[in-house]
Amino acid sequence: MSNKVIDVSNLTKMFGNFTAVDHITFDVEEGEIFGFLGANGAGKTTAMQMLCGISMPTAGEGTVAGYDIIKENELIKRNIGYMSQKFSLYEDLKVWENIRLFGGIYGLSDKVIAEKTDALLKQLNFQQERNTLVKYLPLGWKQKLAFSVAIFHEPEIVFLDEPTGGVDPAMRRQFWEMIYDAADRGITVFVTTHYMDEAEYCNRVSIMVDGHIDALDSPAALRKQFNADTMDEVFRQLARKAERD
Amino acid sequence: MIKVKDLYKSYGKSGKIKALNGVSFKVDDGEIFGVIGPDGAGKTSLFRILASLILPDSGSALMNGHDVVQDYRRIRQIIGYMPGRFSLYQDLSVEENLTFFATLFNTTIEENYHLIKDIYQQIEPFKDRRAGALSGGMKQKLALSCALIHKPEILILDEPTTGVDPVSRKEFWDMLARLKEQGLIILVSTAYMDEASRCDRIALIKDGEFIATDTPQGIINDYSDILWSVEGSRMSAMLKELRTHDMVMSSFAFGDKIHITVDAGFRRNELEQYLTNKDFRDVNIAPIEPTVEDCFMALTR
Repeated sequence: MSNKVIDVSNLTKMFGNFTAVDHITFDVEEGEIFGFLGANGAGKTTAMQMLCGISMPTAGEGTVAGYDIIKENELIKRNIGYMSQKFSLYEDLKVWENIRLFGGIYGLSDKVIAEKTDALLKQLNFQQERNTLVKYLPLGWKQKLAFSVAIFHEPEIVFLDEPTGGVDPAMRRQFWEMIYDAADRGITVFVTTHYMDEAEYCNRVSIMVDGHIDALDSPAALRKQFNADTMDEVFRQLARKAERD
Repeated sequence: MIKVKDLYKSYGKSGKIKALNGVSFKVDDGEIFGVIGPDGAGKTSLFRILASLILPDSGSALMNGHDVVQDYRRIRQIIGYMPGRFSLYQDLSVEENLTFFATLFNTTIEENYHLIKDIYQQIEPFKDRRAGALSGGMKQKLALSCALIHKPEILILDEPTTGVDPVSRKEFWDMLARLKEQGLIILVSTAYMDEASRCDRIALIKDGEFIATDTPQGIINDYSDILWSVEGSRMSAMLKELRTHDMVMSSFAFGDKIHITVDAGFRRNELEQYLTNKDFRDVNIAPIEPTVEDCFMALTR
């Protein structure tokens, strides 16, 4: 039997009488790259916050990294990696200080952090930037560092919220090659993006419309199902049905 | 018309970090001009100079005849600027934000409603909602309305569609096309290459210099590499395999295919056999025409 890193059913979140996420059911397998797509306001961020143990569902149940999302949400937080688009590193700390801080938060010892820091800086070709304040790094470099920090403790799964927003085409590809490497090492990757070429790089993709998951399959199967040449076309067909803002 | 000549800008101790290294270009009335480049290439510095928010070290820029340094007061009347980050007041409502910007320029929403009608009508039903509570696509429509409310002659948009979904992005560019019809000059930066194709002309910027300026088709016509697409099973492993091949100069993922540039001695059958021997299935190799994104990859390499 395959190992499910995410397994949720009927996950729902209401704010007052507004249903942001409406009974979503899906699973993600170990080592999979899972693309979580949807228009702005479709409910992606809210759904992701529930999966990460940050927000309590109004209804539904499930597990992430083997922990119950209702009863064990604190354990989920400790056993996943998370990278948000807006804030994932401290701009006024140096590169090594950010690594040290996040390593500490995830419970790694000083000795392990020191060893892994050297290896990481070398791997990223960042040795020259060890003492640079993060705010002076170009966006693409920041995102690569933020991703590395999010998987520094080798979590079972990492959640990436629009990691390549505003990143140029060359740097986006370097970033995706890092995602592939992480997946090859067995880390499950859950990623949101607005670049439809990146949807093609995922093993499976779900598309949210108005709080529901309206489509879920491999990119090739979705293109076939919607009789479309590109994922962009699939997305447009589905998003056009949206009624809410 | 925009006329920029030899702009230089550096930051840090004794000008260590060079943001702009001699940029010159012209933009005609009614033109959409795109500035495309890697992060940190100098796009935002250029736009901030043209918006009179920072001073260049040297060089000059005229916006419809007004100098960005000498005539900065006039500049601020004639340009509409949308910075990269959402810049509106999160705690004010949609309508309060728009009223605020109108008041700054001694005008009212009513007086210039016709300018923003197309765009603002889409968010008007939510005019009492706090700007901070809007979805990404709606924030961007509000920001554009605020940048337009004083009837600018030139729009400067710094990555206006970052974080915006494909459907809203298309709507946004349809709006820009309508504004262009009214004679506005639009200067825009973007990381989406499909948007670059919707500009009249684009400039590729790298390390503070324009390395190519032309129409999107002109940029594509100048592409000199031999380009093929490859598809098959296990694409990420194939990407790595292709990079080790003697005849392959570069290899990058492009959606469901891999684009490779190859040596003149390249033979399709030979590569097909090579990949099949390495256990890749359903291998399909075909010659293709480059896109703006291929040109970007080649020029910034």
